[in-house]
Amino acid sequence: MTLLLKGGRVVDPSLNRDEVADLLIKNGKIVKLGKDLYKANKAAPDIEVLDLRGKIVVPGLIDIHTHLREPGFEYKETIASGSEAALAGGFTSIACMPNTNPVNDNRSVTEFIRRKTTECGLVNVYPIAAISVKSEGTFLTEFLDLKDAGAVGFSDDGKPVMNAALMRRALEYASSLDMPIIAHCEDKNLSAGGVMHEGFVAAELGLSAIPSVAEEIMVARDLLLAEFTSAPLHIAHVSTAGSVRMIREAKARGIRVTAETAPHYFTLTDEALRGFDTNLKVYPPLRSREDRASVREGLSDGTLDVIASDHAPHARTDKEVEFDYAASGLTGLETSLSLSLGLVADGALTLLSLIEKMTVNPAGVLRLPKGGLAIGADADVTVIDPDREWICDRALFRSRGRNSPFHGWTMKGKAILTIVGGTVRYRDF
Amino acid sequence: MKLNRKDVLGIRELSVEEIRLILDTAESFLEVSTREIKKVPTLRGRTVVNLFYEPSTRTRTSFEIAGKRLSADTINISASTSSVVKGETLIDTAKNLEAMNPDIIVIRHSAAGAPHLLAGLLRQSIINAGDGAHEHPTQALLDMMTIRSKKGRIEGLQVAIIGDIAHSRVARSNILGLTKMGARVSVAGPATMIPRGIEKMGVIAHTRIEEAIRDADIVMMLRIQTERERQSIFPSLREYAQYFSLNRRNIELAKPDALVMHPGPINRGVEISPDIADGPRSIILDQVTNGVAVRMALLYLLTGGDT
Repeated sequence: MTLLLKGGRVVDPSLNRDEVADLLIKNGKIVKLGKDLYKANKAAPDIEVLDLRGKIVVPGLIDIHTHLREPGFEYKETIASGSEAALAGGFTSIACMPNTNPVNDNRSVTEFIRRKTTECGLVNVYPIAAISVKSEGTFLTEFLDLKDAGAVGFSDDGKPVMNAALMRRALEYASSLDMPIIAHCEDKNLSAGGVMHEGFVAAELGLSAIPSVAEEIMVARDLLLAEFTSAPLHIAHVSTAGSVRMIREAKARGIRVTAETAPHYFTLTDEALRGFDTNLKVYPPLRSREDRASVREGLSDGTLDVIASDHAPHARTDKEVEFDYAASGLTGLETSLSLSLGLVADGALTLLSLIEKMTVNPAGVLRLPKGGLAIGADADVTVIDPDREWICDRALFRSRGRNSPFHGWTMKGKAILTIVGGTVRYRDF
Repeated sequence: MKLNRKDVLGIRELSVEEIRLILDTAESFLEVSTREIKKVPTLRGRTVVNLFYEPSTRTRTSFEIAGKRLSADTINISASTSSVVKGETLIDTAKNLEAMNPDIIVIRHSAAGAPHLLAGLLRQSIINAGDGAHEHPTQALLDMMTIRSKKGRIEGLQVAIIGDIAHSRVARSNILGLTKMGARVSVAGPATMIPRGIEKMGVIAHTRIEEAIRDADIVMMLRIQTERERQSIFPSLREYAQYFSLNRRNIELAKPDALVMHPGPINRGVEISPDIADGPRSIILDQVTNGVAVRMALLYLLTGGDT
């Protein structure tokens, strides 16, 4: 099977390329990238030629922060439905967080996820295993065994590791395996009971609030621990100005830290909560305008390396309740790319740097052999139509989760072709 | 004039004209409660459901009496929030009620936004009788009615609200209403009870009661919720009573004709000393009387009543 992607604008940060070119894919691998490959290859048997003039061809997008809910919460999402959502959003590789039931804290759960992924045969799913048994923050999980089973990183995402000594040990142990610790930064005592950002809007709505320092205190602690242990640290879902500032300073001092934010943090603010829409309930919470501006700045200046969706699907029953009782999180896989393209439209990022944050950078965080279009690489490719206008309709989501605050939004730019291992898995043109 | 809205969810949504309409209508209903036969046929055949997810004596009784004096059929449902979390959802409960065709649903709930959730789903009128620490619009309306009748106006008055502003829906609704009507509002309480950003609601925040009540026309005391908050928000009731209660000494800082209000139920000797609560400045029981009239007015206006 040969596939020729003809005439698209190829944007690959790993090769530092941004040019109109043809891309030749054969037997699941990138074979050639160059000008006018059509004439030399048009006679090849079983070749499919796709004319992609005006479209953008990028390495398959990677989302290193998703919740696929299987095993345990299949009514919210499954590995299959989450993979379908990933494809529709342009993602060829996703990493899934361990807060399933049972928690992915041992080899059997990691192997289960890998087996399901193979059975689905849709996208690459990389399991992130728990730092502590049941993510309870008491005992370390078996990092070596989990790595051998296929885990690519460790996180108790959804919960912080409150015990600093345990976090230190986790960083040291993971570092010896060249594995990142992914930190969910939240001081549970400061955030206790909170359902939204602490600020003027919370003061008006009378909702219990989470101060930005609940995140920042843990960012500060984990940066100190990363410096002390020289271990690689990745900070998940950065949402506050203070976090961005501390990560920027830490990087300048040479600490091995990477960081991600999610589209909702550079798109929305706490002002959106005035209607009590539970689809806007998310942890960390939507912050102030100043925080949003800082997150965008952090993306622009490279402080924030990665855009990850924190895709958190929930069923209607989890969300159609009082705000205080609603589950937190929002679906992101099918809106992440379009919202991120907004950063390019606004001039906050160049297209090349945006794609960097959705391909080679996330691959680097988890040491995945993905994220570029070099000759011989796995043919994971995403094609984007930058001009496609579409209206976000949650009824059309492939995810089981319908909990998107972006329902009804007019979006510009969309993945129209998602190729995994040389096979077209999603096509919308 | 008619009140052109389906629901009353908060003071935030009400215009100055709407607030005036409600207060004027309430005043006209005051007289009904003084008759020997305290009943008018205005809402005969109408059904009002009081759906209370939080314990309440005053507000629930007030709504019930208001409905009955207008000849509506009133039904009280008390549900504990905990059993609702485990069992039927609020939406299911509400849809079941809707299927029985009441005209108005009055809801009190511990979760902010619960009445808004119902308002978006049900065709009935929803009245917010208090949602979490968010709003308590009928309380603010009865407070404004009381102030207006005692002082002849709201505009230009200096009002001090003292206590746990952060957790008080009464404070929020009153701040919104009083500033809308042209009063100047100061709040005071321990720093842990003053929410961040409260100044943006147009009030001046203090951490000493004396600063807020100086030259006040109205001093509104809030109930200290002794049950849940005392562990972490303030050191002790003893200290609170000593430094933040309204008493014979500090009331002298207010204007000579200053009046004292409290939404009840009061903790005697904690946020207010008994001689003040029972003294000549106290209009606490006028608030209760006016509460019935305000609720009659809302039931009347929301069922299409005209003035």
